[in-house]
Amino acid sequence: MNDMVKKLKLRQIQDKLFTAIIGIFSIAMLLPLFFILFYIIKNGAAAINWHFITSLPKPVGQTGGISNAIVGTIELIGIASLIAIPLALFTGIYIKEFEKNKLAAAVSSLTDLLQGVPSIVIGIVCYLWIVLPLKSFSLLSGAVALAIMMLPMIIKSTYHSLRLVPESLKEASLALGTPYYRTVIKVMLPAAASGILTGIILSVSRVAGETAPLLFTAFGNPFMNFSIDKPVNSLPLLIFNYATSPFSDWQKQAWGASLILIIMISVLNIISKFMEHKWKTTY
Amino acid sequence: MENDILRIENFYAYYDKTCILKDINLKFAKNRATSILGPSGCGKTTLLRCINRMHELSGGASVKGRILLSGKDIYTTEPMIVRRKVGMVFQKPNPFPTMNIYDNVIAGYKLNGIKLKRSESDRIVEESLIKADLWDQVKDNLYKRGTFLSGGQQQRLCIARALAMKPDILLLDEATSALDPKATSNIEKLINQLKHSITIIVVTHNIAQAARVSDYTLFLFMGETIEYGKTSELFTTPKDRRTEEYLTGKFG
Repeated sequence: MNDMVKKLKLRQIQDKLFTAIIGIFSIAMLLPLFFILFYIIKNGAAAINWHFITSLPKPVGQTGGISNAIVGTIELIGIASLIAIPLALFTGIYIKEFEKNKLAAAVSSLTDLLQGVPSIVIGIVCYLWIVLPLKSFSLLSGAVALAIMMLPMIIKSTYHSLRLVPESLKEASLALGTPYYRTVIKVMLPAAASGILTGIILSVSRVAGETAPLLFTAFGNPFMNFSIDKPVNSLPLLIFNYATSPFSDWQKQAWGASLILIIMISVLNIISKFMEHKWKTTY
Repeated sequence: MENDILRIENFYAYYDKTCILKDINLKFAKNRATSILGPSGCGKTTLLRCINRMHELSGGASVKGRILLSGKDIYTTEPMIVRRKVGMVFQKPNPFPTMNIYDNVIAGYKLNGIKLKRSESDRIVEESLIKADLWDQVKDNLYKRGTFLSGGQQQRLCIARALAMKPDILLLDEATSALDPKATSNIEKLINQLKHSITIIVVTHNIAQAARVSDYTLFLFMGETIEYGKTSELFTTPKDRRTEEYLTGKFG
């Protein structure tokens, strides 16, 4: 009897120890994030003001802003989304609906492969495809590079969200005489919407911070650009160029731009969390 | 047999190479309820799913023979048209989770892109919910999500959704097996009310339920018709030994 009590006590201690260990590791894992945020806010907050956000870069010595990079980032992401979302949505539907088909299985595996392609390689490929033939760095080539990076994430989230839709729902729709394509569009996609939208937003926030694929494509531009065939600036490119420059005021601006980029990405993440809860389908 | 609405002639159903239904020949009476009984794996659900051409949606499924609905072979008719004429209610209630109650009832029209006047759709929704015995409970909450209802109410919503299409036949695939006894008895009452105006075919595991709701009973075993006749006769004087053994609980 005494033995049993001892064993029980030991087990309770082991339980507590285990809980403590996973707690400590979780907090330890957050430390780098806090340090990053701390440094960026500390150094970046001083650089940010209205002038910084709304004016164009100026030569060293004059205080310029980063408006062209903010607008450029939005342009790049907007066009990339226009290209990636429809493609990825259809692909995701295809690999879910024809899971047993060999071609769909191949597409699915290749999607995983695409996710593993280094972003710099995607940049080089877009350089060969678009920049060389058009003989100019451009917004278009940068957007295509980002779109390619977005594809696997949206395809996978579409696939997984659709898989969570019960087969019984599809049958309910088909049994009412609904054609197959309308069943997919009107029943299955709406039921999977929250997951798909979350995937889209996360993929946007993922590529918003990409530098490598833009080095040979969007290239960067000290001016505001609205045309699709001209080089364009983006926040990560600007951060890369300014942070590696020898000028201390540009380095300061790089911190400011980092903070702006982090704020943009955080807002997207908060929106995605919100949508995940708000639009979640309960069966 | 009385005036029949559905005839099954020399009908075979397969999954890949496996024969699920063998040489089925049946007639179903109009505006009557028929139960399909049999042990698990006897092919009763497959038979039901062949009647609205849902069977063929599973990979590797195929059929041979004819099923005539009001004299017309459903296997030479567009499946969409067949499914609008032959409604189906499933084992687990499956209202559309993204739609409110109103839209769930009218879903057959909405999903098919059939445009209805507001007054007309209001009328169909009310009529269908009244028929499904759900109107009084939901009339003040028509614009709430259907998934907030209880299991039994959800199943009646699914029945209303099927009835809204004004089908000739209503198929119920073990429609009460996921419900509690009270909800089950409500659905059974409903079947007894409905069967005077629509042909109902019920697949059930529950022998007593077949006795309570159906005018005719079919006993299937290993994909073959063993016995088919008036429920009162089949239950009291079964002709086949296997029917008797199944009904008395010796197997199944």
